[in-house]
Amino acid sequence: MTAWLFIAPAAIAYAAFVLVPLAMSFYYSFLRWDGIGEARFHGLTNYLTVLTDPKLLQIIGNAFQLVGYFTIIPVLLGLAVASVIRGHMAGPFGTATRTILFLPQVIPLVAAGIAWSWMFASTGVVNQGLRAIGMSDWARGWLGDFVWALPAVGIIGAWVLLGLCTMLLVTGITKIDPSLYEAARLDGARPWHEFRYITLPGLRQEIAVCVTLTVISALASFDIVYISTLGGPGITTTVPGLEIYRLAFAHRQVGLASALAIVLMVLVLISIAPIQWFAREKK
Amino acid sequence: MKTALSNTLVARGLIILLMIVTLLPFIAMFSAALAPQGTYPNGLQWPADPQWGNFVRAFEVSKMDQLLLSSTLIVLGVVPISVLIATMAGYGLAKLTTNKYKWLYLAFVFGLTLPFEAVITPLYYEVRALGLLNTRFAIILPLIGLYMPFGVYWMRAHFLNVPHDLTEAAQLDGATRWKEFWLVQVPLARPAIMSLTILLFLWTWNQFLLPVVLVQDPMQRTMAGALGAFQGQWGTDIPLLCAGALLILAPTIVLFLMFQRQFVAALMQGAVKG
Repeated sequence: MTAWLFIAPAAIAYAAFVLVPLAMSFYYSFLRWDGIGEARFHGLTNYLTVLTDPKLLQIIGNAFQLVGYFTIIPVLLGLAVASVIRGHMAGPFGTATRTILFLPQVIPLVAAGIAWSWMFASTGVVNQGLRAIGMSDWARGWLGDFVWALPAVGIIGAWVLLGLCTMLLVTGITKIDPSLYEAARLDGARPWHEFRYITLPGLRQEIAVCVTLTVISALASFDIVYISTLGGPGITTTVPGLEIYRLAFAHRQVGLASALAIVLMVLVLISIAPIQWFAREKK
Repeated sequence: MKTALSNTLVARGLIILLMIVTLLPFIAMFSAALAPQGTYPNGLQWPADPQWGNFVRAFEVSKMDQLLLSSTLIVLGVVPISVLIATMAGYGLAKLTTNKYKWLYLAFVFGLTLPFEAVITPLYYEVRALGLLNTRFAIILPLIGLYMPFGVYWMRAHFLNVPHDLTEAAQLDGATRWKEFWLVQVPLARPAIMSLTILLFLWTWNQFLLPVVLVQDPMQRTMAGALGAFQGQWGTDIPLLCAGALLILAPTIVLFLMFQRQFVAALMQGAVKG
């Protein structure tokens, strides 16, 4: 009984503003409703639309392409840095590194979006750099380019997540027993073998954490896209989060927006599940 | 020995490169913020005649003072309550329930990966029905609920690590249990509570989706939401936009530099556990 008194306030808040809305989302997803007039039962039509409409499929595909940038760049770079450092970052240099690498985690994503919109602008720093190394042909308004806008958005996400992943992996590697490396060296192991057979397995947990975090922030991205491109040009950078917002509040297709919301939630869950399983295995 | 030294140099080089990449966008914003108003600055350069006045103007047009107040009110509305009820529930789930109530814990954990976008549409109608649209409560109340999965998960993990005999020393009735919670458990949990507070503060301050959908008036929004509105209004005036963005960033960055150690620890643990 006492237990309930302790748990009830949290449970009520959670139910009122998460579980009930989630149930409503699920309910709306079977309706055809403009948010004002009468709602009509629409069966599975909304889900069929989400899974067959080429536009919506492209939008879902965009989110998975972003995973490539948000996840792979920070994890690979983080692994590279961690395996070369392989030790505590003590002293003022360590503190400075931590402080600077964590800055992108502290600022709102909106600010990252604004900063990078300027970086990628036609007179921005990226083009300035390209011109400086004689690649003027490559200079362009990156975020307005049909081919390059999505990779550019991906770079913004990678920039935000890079420091966190690096620090997690650097900290993780210090927990690996150094005698393993010494033994390997005595056996004449090459650096690559050390990495493959000691570092990588030892960092299993930390890699899983980085991948989980970055995959979620790619699939559920909204802020960066909203600020830097608003989904454009065309729908080349539109992601499910933005499309849900647009469908529900601009196009007044609440049913379809809700079906997309449920699909997004399920996609996140099935993308995360194998990573968790991979982290737990061999423990 | 030689390879060890060159390894250290390579490592330092890599890290310094990472730091430069991390800082570059901030420096770029800063250089653009000093360009003459209304012009289109050209790349990264120290302007011939730095326009420090841009910051003053950005402060005025963004109504920074009101924004700070609004964000602070939202944080005060969300964070203390969330931390309190999450701590209570974490304690309740870790120490006062048996395995029979595992489902309750799982119900909370289920929300950990839930994208906010999945519930934003019904939240809009719910908040509207409550008559709270365009008020700060439209952000405050939903955020408390949305933070429960992480908060409860976090505090339960802490209380699970508290040795059992502390609580079992006395099989207590409700009132005494309540006292024990405040006098024994909460003081012991201070580090976990501190980290949770920092994380919730950051997430609230930086929250964007909820203000965009639920609150029209930038003066009732969070910092991030206000910054979005500022960009909508001044998006074409790059110097002013960059100056405004830097100003809006400043309070968080100052706090972060002051409590660097605590922030980093909280963010790292938050990532690992979340």
